[in-house]
Amino acid sequence: MEVRFPSDERPPAWKIAFFQYAIAASFLGLLAGYWRYQIGQHAQYLDLAERNRIRNLPVIAPRGRILDREGRVLADNFPAFSVLLMRESAASLSPDGIAGIARGLQLDPEELRHTLERTASLPRFQPVLLKQAATLEDISFVESHRVEYPELDLIQVQQRLYPKHQVMAALLGYVGEVPEEMIAKLGSNYRPGDVMGKFGVEGEYNQILSGRDGMRRVVVNSRGQEVGLLSTINALAGNDLRLTIDLDLQMAAEASLGDRPGAVVALDPRTGEVLAMVSHPSFDPNDFAKRIDPKEWNDLLNDPMKPLMNKAIQAQLAPGSVFKIVMATAVLETGTVKPDYIVHCSGAVTIYGHLYHDWVFQGKRKVHGAVNVHSAIRESCDVFFYTMGKMLGIDKIDYFARGLGLGARTGIDLPSEAPGLIPSPEWVQRVFKRKWYAGETISVAIGQGADAVTPIQLANTFGGIATGGVFHRPHVAFQDQLRALGENPPDISPRDFPLSDETLAAVKSGMWAVVNEGGGTGVAARCPGIDISGKTGTAQVVSEALQQSAKSSEYRNTAWFVGYAPSDKPEIVVAALVQRGEHSTVAVPIARDVIKAYFDKKAGPKPPKNQMETQVRVLSQVQPATPPRAAVAASMRQ
Amino acid sequence: MSKSFRASDIDWFLLGLALAIAAVGVMEIYSTTLHSPLAGQYRRQIYWILLSFVLALVVSRLDYHIVLEQTPWLYGISVLLLAGLLLLGHSIAGTRRWLQFGPMSFQVSEIVKLIIILVVAAYFADRRIKAVTWGDLVKLGIVGGIPAILVALEPDLGTALTFIPIIAAGIIFAGIRWQHIAVLCLTGILALPVGWHFLRPYQRERLMTFVHPAQNTQTSSYQVTQTKIAIGSGGFWGKGLGNGTQSRLGFIPVSHADSIFAVFAEEQGFVGTLLVLLLYFALLLRLLDGAQMAPDRAGAFFLVGLAAVLFFQVVINTGMMIGVFPITGIPLPLMSQGGSSLLFTFLGLGLAMSVRARRYVN
Repeated sequence: MEVRFPSDERPPAWKIAFFQYAIAASFLGLLAGYWRYQIGQHAQYLDLAERNRIRNLPVIAPRGRILDREGRVLADNFPAFSVLLMRESAASLSPDGIAGIARGLQLDPEELRHTLERTASLPRFQPVLLKQAATLEDISFVESHRVEYPELDLIQVQQRLYPKHQVMAALLGYVGEVPEEMIAKLGSNYRPGDVMGKFGVEGEYNQILSGRDGMRRVVVNSRGQEVGLLSTINALAGNDLRLTIDLDLQMAAEASLGDRPGAVVALDPRTGEVLAMVSHPSFDPNDFAKRIDPKEWNDLLNDPMKPLMNKAIQAQLAPGSVFKIVMATAVLETGTVKPDYIVHCSGAVTIYGHLYHDWVFQGKRKVHGAVNVHSAIRESCDVFFYTMGKMLGIDKIDYFARGLGLGARTGIDLPSEAPGLIPSPEWVQRVFKRKWYAGETISVAIGQGADAVTPIQLANTFGGIATGGVFHRPHVAFQDQLRALGENPPDISPRDFPLSDETLAAVKSGMWAVVNEGGGTGVAARCPGIDISGKTGTAQVVSEALQQSAKSSEYRNTAWFVGYAPSDKPEIVVAALVQRGEHSTVAVPIARDVIKAYFDKKAGPKPPKNQMETQVRVLSQVQPATPPRAAVAASMRQ
Repeated sequence: MSKSFRASDIDWFLLGLALAIAAVGVMEIYSTTLHSPLAGQYRRQIYWILLSFVLALVVSRLDYHIVLEQTPWLYGISVLLLAGLLLLGHSIAGTRRWLQFGPMSFQVSEIVKLIIILVVAAYFADRRIKAVTWGDLVKLGIVGGIPAILVALEPDLGTALTFIPIIAAGIIFAGIRWQHIAVLCLTGILALPVGWHFLRPYQRERLMTFVHPAQNTQTSSYQVTQTKIAIGSGGFWGKGLGNGTQSRLGFIPVSHADSIFAVFAEEQGFVGTLLVLLLYFALLLRLLDGAQMAPDRAGAFFLVGLAAVLFFQVVINTGMMIGVFPITGIPLPLMSQGGSSLLFTFLGLGLAMSVRARRYVN
């Protein structure tokens, strides 16, 4: 092709001008567009850019440990990882994304979707906790899917660890996620996924135990990897809390109660310090430290033996014959009878036209014969106390029962203490809209009927009587420690309920006889070298007031024994409860074992210091195998 | 035509503009790749600029008519090369765009762009008409369409699209009737569904993203979301060289290549945007000015074609950064990292200088 180029022609100027204007108009349009983003919406996009690159990562403050009175660790922490969803940079996840994350982290997709919906309305800078106690697989999933899921991140957290597992679980309580309604509350400092103490000591002293979380502002790249640190607000660890509990006594009580449902409370009656508190069956609070699976939770909730209940302060049961101590104190103190007053027990007595049997007659057709206060306590003679009940009347019984600390909360520093119940004519009128039957007084006199008390109440009552009418409020945290931590501790100044020396001497000698004289119902509590007193009790059913809620299978005897030692100047009082215990004799050895452990420890040589430290160290080493962060990070980032 | 060399024959203004833009590009490539595995790419870019610059000077010494005479076989070789690439070329990142010369790889379609401009210029050199005929439209459609389809099959839709403004500018410059425009528009609209059928899934997604930007920020509109954030966060004065967090932290894909302008706008702000767009504007007007004074139709058509394709690339590239156009792989001339694109642009500018050197001077 021959191309020729005549040079005689100029392109028309208007065509060039057309192109010029077209270009100018386009460039003006472009500039307008850039103006809109760079000037008009600059602040908004700058914010977006900052959110892209900056992540606020919580630094979880370790929770304070819970220690026994000698500093042995009851609740500890171990480092673990939590998987967070950082929503600042990410748009809403697609259904595929949710499914992928659920698969990778082995979560239920429905639950994950639910979590995302629940948290959708929260500010976007708040990370959402997707999984606690991340496994090695979870960690490697997050690290290896930085490109697909840059919104996932890991933080190191301090996971709660209860090295003793089931031991005193109900006393310690557990930690769990802060419920949403608390997060939503105005002025709440909680974020979703935050952990708080629930129930028990963890709940009661949550303020002391929980630290203040810190914050790391880090720069991340588009894959969510940290490339720089902007600022750090250090986390403030929570305070350790030392309890009045003595782990040695606790372990003795746990072992002695064994698998049977029931409770044991050991108090120092001189101070009100709780030395041991057992509630069986128990649960493993470690299961709560990570998100508990719903099935496990339901099983615990629906267990008829109520493992989540702290029976030491929540079980409201008829005291049975243990109540006779209240009766004895009342009749002597009111002068209704003298200590040498004799009642003739022929195995039964007719009062108000009704025949009341004695327990020895019902069982073995035996009778107590002539009994006074001393022998009636020793042998737990029902006929004697039926008679006393009739002579005393319900109002005085009621007055003394309350005065001695029954039927009302002791005020122990633990949540959900149950009040128990001492029935009275007013109460019957109020609740059942009926008159008090005179016969009810007779039942109440031997601790049956509507009487309902808790183990802690009985321990407190016996401690008060044994120390001469001075009732110290039971507590598990040391007052001076609480004050040192800036807390306002509850008032535990002792409550006096003056009793005459004669009354005290007679009642206490009765309780001494229970253990130490022939025919005593609590002779099984005898322990060489230790002077123990106490009173047994066998309550036939759950109290009348609770019958509606109780199932028929629970209509079995409740075995009680409340003992203290030394008899003259008591240092420890133990209330032992065995539910479905058939007879009080099963409760007696438990109190004995705990008291023995107390005096053995007191008498025995103190363990050398290094041995104690070893023990602490061994406890704190009981940790699930979690790799140290540095090693994981190094292996994953490569 | 051989003339002795005169410094005034070289359009220093045009070259200055091109070099200034290229320098800004090098600066931003340096900034955005500094802490990445691509650090050092800016040096490659400088070598390519120098090479292209020298070639532009050499080409400017040639009489463009000589080059125009070579168009038939240049065009033939181009088509053969493109077809050969498709059949024999090994694929890099899923596409067959690159011709390998030892350590250097070269994107054939960039040079084909220049050849299409020459073909159009040569075609209209002789046709002294008021307006193009249907025959012209069909012929040019075929001449441009064959390489466009071959390039689109690589697949490189972006570069294939750049052939359209070349042909269109030629036709408009030659003169077109309104009826023709109407019919062409209608055909174009009718062809859309057919075209959609041939698009690859990722291309469809980009188009859908463009139509519904808010629908999905995770995948395809991620890119435009992030470039918008970069540009918007730059503000008036910009964040300063090396401080663009969006590009440095990897939020902007291909920040050194197709997305270089977003990086630039983030770091240099609206002031920088304005400056660079002014540079491009001046460059394009200079080319059109050359067309106005061209000694003949061929020279004028060449300059118009070159201006058209550069204009198209600048507007589409900077426009897609702010979501005005869908994301396509169209580099920003002179700024984006890439030797082939630089070479094409500078060779084009070299020929433009050759035309200008032979201008009418009153």
